[in-house]
Amino acid sequence: MTTNSRPEKQACFHCGLPVPPGTRFQVEIGGKARAMCCAGCEAVAQAIVDSGLDDFYKYRTENAPTGQIVPDFLRQARAYDHPEVQKSFVHVEPGDIREASLILEGITCAACIWLNERHLATLPGILDVNVNYATHRAQIRWDGSRLKLSQILQAIHDIGYIAHPYDPSHQERLQENERKQQLKRIGIAGVLGMQVMILAVALYTGDWYGMEEGFRRFFYWISLGLTIPVLIFAARPFFAAAIRDLRHRQAGMDVPVSLGISIAFAGSLWSTWQGHGHVYYDSVVMFVFFLLSARYFELVARMRSAEATRSLVHASPAMATRLTDGNEEQIPVGELQVGDLVLVRPGETVPADGEVREGRANVDEAILTGESRPIARAADDAIVGGSIVLDSPVTVETMRIGEDTVLAGIVRLLERAQAEKPQVARLADRAASVFVLAVLSIAAATTAYWVWHDAERALAITVSVLVVTCPCALSLATPAALTAGTGALARLGLLATRGHALEALARSNIVVFDKTGTLTEGRLRLLETRTLGNLTAARILDLAAALEARSEHPIAAALRQPGAPRASEIINTPGGGISGRIDDEIWFIGNRNFVASASGKAISPVDGKDQTVVWLANRKGPQALFVLGDRLRPGAAELVRALQAGGRAVWLLSGDHEQATRGLARELGVDHVEWELKPEQKLEQIRALQQQGKRVAMVGDGVNDAPVLAGADVSIAMGSGTQLAAASADMILLSPGLSQISRGFDGAHRTLGVIRQNLGWAVLYNVIALPLAVAGMVAPWMAALGMSASSFLVVANALRLTRTQ
Amino acid sequence: MEIIYMLIPLALVLVALIIWFFLWSVRSGQFDDLEGPAHRILMDDDGIGSGKEAKPEKES
Repeated sequence: MTTNSRPEKQACFHCGLPVPPGTRFQVEIGGKARAMCCAGCEAVAQAIVDSGLDDFYKYRTENAPTGQIVPDFLRQARAYDHPEVQKSFVHVEPGDIREASLILEGITCAACIWLNERHLATLPGILDVNVNYATHRAQIRWDGSRLKLSQILQAIHDIGYIAHPYDPSHQERLQENERKQQLKRIGIAGVLGMQVMILAVALYTGDWYGMEEGFRRFFYWISLGLTIPVLIFAARPFFAAAIRDLRHRQAGMDVPVSLGISIAFAGSLWSTWQGHGHVYYDSVVMFVFFLLSARYFELVARMRSAEATRSLVHASPAMATRLTDGNEEQIPVGELQVGDLVLVRPGETVPADGEVREGRANVDEAILTGESRPIARAADDAIVGGSIVLDSPVTVETMRIGEDTVLAGIVRLLERAQAEKPQVARLADRAASVFVLAVLSIAAATTAYWVWHDAERALAITVSVLVVTCPCALSLATPAALTAGTGALARLGLLATRGHALEALARSNIVVFDKTGTLTEGRLRLLETRTLGNLTAARILDLAAALEARSEHPIAAALRQPGAPRASEIINTPGGGISGRIDDEIWFIGNRNFVASASGKAISPVDGKDQTVVWLANRKGPQALFVLGDRLRPGAAELVRALQAGGRAVWLLSGDHEQATRGLARELGVDHVEWELKPEQKLEQIRALQQQGKRVAMVGDGVNDAPVLAGADVSIAMGSGTQLAAASADMILLSPGLSQISRGFDGAHRTLGVIRQNLGWAVLYNVIALPLAVAGMVAPWMAALGMSASSFLVVANALRLTRTQ
Repeated sequence: MEIIYMLIPLALVLVALIIWFFLWSVRSGQFDDLEGPAHRILMDDDGIGSGKEAKPEKES
């Protein structure tokens, strides 16, 4: 019996892809022959059935990954058996018991986990397998004397999944430890807090109905005993931070928190000792519990936004295939040298930055640029480490390795941005510090007043004031919102390299663009081909390519194409064009004058266009013309429209000549355009705008515009790998499409919005709560509840940003 | 009502046990994956020998 009700004739039973007509792959599953789409799926399904795991098909809710066979992967896998390679990620215990974490690719549903665990358990020598559904990581223990790691990888591969060794970074491990520690603190505060609460309810009821003195004292002591571990273990981070703050003569938010806890506890201790008076143990544990929970959420938010960086770090593979004198050799990526030739097979990740030497392939650079379309790379093209080769093998000569690669550069820039405190966060910090001092003064004044008027209640009211005004919202959620926003943009391919970038972007009201290389691609392309004789378009393109095959002129680059016929007797006339013989006929290509004089036929000019026109002629006269021009980058028009719709003025300042610039400005509908500007003049323009009180965002291509970019309030540079390391811009667009910029503006806007909401809420809450507490209308437990609710709201609000639209 | 002097300390012993159990479960990673086990419980272990065959390996 099966839950799969799809018609078997069309879809592969294993992976769900359509079965190509005429193929006959099938496997008997559950007593019925099931159609498979390819030999890979057939092999995988057969392996699953053979190991008696056909229940997998019963449990699954999603299709399994297609069983593409990656034989090369297995060759690579064998390299993982080297002790040197294993050193970084395998933990060895006495008796050759080994333990490692693997990342599983292709997990789609819970049944995949079941299948992997079951299948691995059948291997002799496996001691323990545990797959984490949330992280797709498998924790495996095995007996090294009976089983090799490559055999485990092979076994996983047999059932259609791919496993890579997983080596968590130092920082990740620390964060994970911190998370566990926090969880313990919350648990202890929660469990003990509940007991204290029960006793507190009994005591409150006792206050109401009367209670035997002996019971009351007993409850006091028990509550005290339950509160002490909470104070010592769970509340430790607050005290530690408060002491640190005091030592630096700062007033952080932990100071009033610790003070509130201490005062409430000391007062209760005194009452317990005396045997009468009020105790506030319930408020203490509740406050600690809620505050810990709020911080736990903040930690989770931070971990989630660090994932953008993390996925980049793990984008580079562990092993590379080096070619030495034609021999393949598996080496750890760390041993690669500049100038090595590496072979990258389909499905593999490029291990370092380099240039393609042999082969041509489509590569996926999504991890680096957010751009999901494959990009073609052929010989002499640059290829960046971390991109994935999709269809055919290429040989790459490494140019930059390790810390010098684009990938490492991006990670560094992203880390810098997340470490830098932007203006708004600094402002919030300062405000919080002033606020804390104010709270402490108010609390002192309140205490003095109440001791004078109603000494009984003075303690309770002081505690309430300290607790209710906890400035968490002020200093907690602003950084959370900013890291979340930065991480979300990095996933889109817009990398913030400076902490203030998001804020400045959101506040900018005028966007200045450079033309060449920014709004346009910055190189000539063939825009139009017109035949004038009776030759086909394909034929004239071939002829043009043949003539231009060896020219270094930018026009030649636009016309060149592979597979063109060969031309002989090529003569290059600088400033005119090229002539050459193809198939016993002399052809000319070049500008109007050159072609006219060479072919001896007058040619009438084409109507005034700002693009370049190239003519192709033979002895009989002109046969074709090509219109060349710089093409708009994809998404340029949409970007300008989106920015204008968002209430921003769009300017175009170009160094190019009038015609081209104006044509482009008209096409895009920008608000203001100037041309033939030198970089100094652009900078002057920006300064002038700033003096008018405008906030300027400058978008340029990063190389020739460096001073202008530096002068703007926030700058976005077109990033193309090599410039990354020296990048001075505040943000770098890694994606080739411009549309990410408008998403960047949106994202920055939303981040700033969330920060504003949070700060607004914090202010509103305190304006209401503080006077009430001072007036003695808020019991300590109510204060603890109010403060926590406020913190939760603020952190949850910041967490919304981690969801990318 | 004197029984309370007896019952509450008893409750505390229980609490201590709960806390010990909680700390143990955090340490052993019970809270690392909150989704997987929910699915896993629905999958039968029987019918396939593999689950049981793996057991003797553990003793080796």
